[in-house]
Amino acid sequence: MAALPMKRAGWFLISLLCFAAMLVAWKLAADAKLINPLWFPGPDRSFSKLWEWISSGSLWSPLAQTVWRMFAGWLLACGVGITLGAAIASSAFARRLLQPSAEFLRPLPASAILPPAILVLGFSDAMIVFVVAFGCVWPVLLGAIHGFGNLDQRLGEVSRLLNLSSWQRAWKFQLPNALPDVFAGMRVSISIALIVTVASEMLSSQPGIGYLMLVAARAFRSADIFAGIIVLGVLGFLTNYVTQKLEDRLLRWR
Amino acid sequence: MGAVLPVVVLALWEMLSRAEVLSEDGFSRPSRFVVAGAKALADGTLLEQTAQTFAAATEALLIAAVAGIAIGAILGLFKPLERAAQLTIDALRPIPSVALIPLSLLLFGFSRNMSAAVAAFACFWPILLVTISAVRGVDGRLIEVGRLLGFSFARIIVKFALPAALPGILVGIRVSAGIAIVVTVTTEIVTNPRGLGFAMTMAAQSLQADLVWATLMWVGVIGWLVNWSLERLERRWLRYR
Repeated sequence: MAALPMKRAGWFLISLLCFAAMLVAWKLAADAKLINPLWFPGPDRSFSKLWEWISSGSLWSPLAQTVWRMFAGWLLACGVGITLGAAIASSAFARRLLQPSAEFLRPLPASAILPPAILVLGFSDAMIVFVVAFGCVWPVLLGAIHGFGNLDQRLGEVSRLLNLSSWQRAWKFQLPNALPDVFAGMRVSISIALIVTVASEMLSSQPGIGYLMLVAARAFRSADIFAGIIVLGVLGFLTNYVTQKLEDRLLRWR
Repeated sequence: MGAVLPVVVLALWEMLSRAEVLSEDGFSRPSRFVVAGAKALADGTLLEQTAQTFAAATEALLIAAVAGIAIGAILGLFKPLERAAQLTIDALRPIPSVALIPLSLLLFGFSRNMSAAVAAFACFWPILLVTISAVRGVDGRLIEVGRLLGFSFARIIVKFALPAALPGILVGIRVSAGIAIVVTVTTEIVTNPRGLGFAMTMAAQSLQADLVWATLMWVGVIGWLVNWSLERLERRWLRYR
């Protein structure tokens, strides 16, 4: 049995080397000035800029802003998506009323509602949170519709035999049954939340990582841009990782 | 029945706007944006902007498809390579595409390529991952047959692996086509002065609320149409299965 972890560690080492090789290639490309260094800093300059942000503490306030907006929008979307999804799945009336509109709105790019949202809500946190929620709601909604909808027929019969009200049935049978689908939707949504948050910050000049990077681009401070890309990459990776772990843990009973 | 909700919302919108409950500057009113939309359609600006957006999205999809299928086929056929590349993929994939807007702006300036580069990055990942798993799912005996026939490696890929993996890859391309349009419009809204996204930003900045809403609805119709036609196409192409 000991061979298996050894083998895995070996593969991890190899993929680490591969990653390191990519960084070296980046460094070489930058040093060889294949691309104008004004636009394309090497990893050394990018990471030292990132370290400068961390050590001076100037990273935390914009990062906190971005994370706050992202999660506020995401949670709002989860609440709305699960509620609407449960309604659409449980009632034929709600389905006929809501589903066509949802189908039409779903392919709409979330960023496309930024301009009207700015007109209506102004340059504000509330505007960004709303747009993020709009972008995030669809995967959760689809997951909820699917999850609440495909309750095992026998469970439906059990709930009828027990004389449960439709609320009780939704809470005790449909919700647990729907959780895996809902979580899957929520995990897709959190990546969307990050993208929409950053795009909104860039457009509406609200302090955050996205705005920081756009200002850097206008001033040709390319090391700042790469440091920002790294920060957002790490943020994307972490949120993905955490939601995945959380999902595994919460669904362990399955 | 499905039309009830939109009709009620639009009617309420019109009424509340006329009663000045909803501010004109932000909400405009449905009757106005029908007029604004018709005007933009008639003078050709809306169609020109749509063409710009489509050109950038198509370019992005092509780049992503070529790169994603090529790299995905190689990684899918050689498991050790995929394992070696795993960490690099895991590190690069979570980078939100919009984070590349400032970089792309520096590299390409305000141009079609700027939008296309950012959107291509976003489209690359689904195509790559789908291709890897589709190629992996190809029956090993097919590859074996190719070897027995003495085909070169490239010929095995083109003649056996890719056709067998095609249905999976097409799903990835369909998903990516939607992403391409979304990301292209996003780059246009944020910075790039071209296409439908910029049309909306411009209209918002000059406080033409009616034009903003009209363009938004146009984008909605376009997005829905693209989705619908891709689903149809996929169904038709894959009928042989």
